[in-house]
Amino acid sequence: MAHDKRPLSPDLQIYRPQLTSVLSISHRVTGIALSVGTLLLVSWLLAAAAGPQAYSTVQGVMHSWLGRVLLFGCTFSFFFHLCNGIRHLVWDAGYGFELRTIYVSGWTVVAASTALTVAAWFSSFVAME
Amino acid sequence: MGGQRMRSPLKRARGLGSARGGFEHWWMQRVTAVALIPLSLWLAASLIALTGRDYNTFVAWLKAPSVTVLMVLLLIALCRHMALGLRVVVEDYVHSNWAKIPAVVTIYWACFALAVVGIVATLRIAFDG
Repeated sequence: MAHDKRPLSPDLQIYRPQLTSVLSISHRVTGIALSVGTLLLVSWLLAAAAGPQAYSTVQGVMHSWLGRVLLFGCTFSFFFHLCNGIRHLVWDAGYGFELRTIYVSGWTVVAASTALTVAAWFSSFVAME
Repeated sequence: MGGQRMRSPLKRARGLGSARGGFEHWWMQRVTAVALIPLSLWLAASLIALTGRDYNTFVAWLKAPSVTVLMVLLLIALCRHMALGLRVVVEDYVHSNWAKIPAVVTIYWACFALAVVGIVATLRIAFDG
């Protein structure tokens, strides 16, 4: 077909991944992950409203191996989406568009969300003692 | 007159832009995002403190009036933000209207239902006994 011969602009498969593009798609991916987290939150509230038995069942699931993996994913997704969301709000206000600033804020988001995830899990283990 | 003004003063005052509803979507995403910064951090801190606590501790926590109010506000902001975000994801990647429109409508009502279920569960716990 004629239109198959048209030159195409480079797309995702051709560009080398960069911090900017990786963080951009991660914002979406973590947002979708947090929708799963919201489902967990609501099912937890629902279980508590149903009574002690349902609540302990959900607690059991959350403390299982799979539950912990899910919660860990939710924790990182939460802190990443929060930090990168604040970065987006700063952009919306019209600041931080210099290339250097974009990379500095990007790495700050990576470092902060990792540190906050570790801190949250550490505090939660301390709270459990 | 220097340059043709294509927008009427009324259109500028309404601030809706060319997509009619586009500005509203963009704006609500930011309004809910800003609200979610303190609300989600409050929830994260509370969940960490509640790790491993039993049913009675959890129920007593949720029954405190300030906690009930914050939980309801969180669920409203969270589900609204989630509906707006998931809608954009669908609109960006699903191109056929046959799939896109049902998906957008499903997301809208699923997020709405999730908020209602979460709020009803919270209020049942708050006002039970």
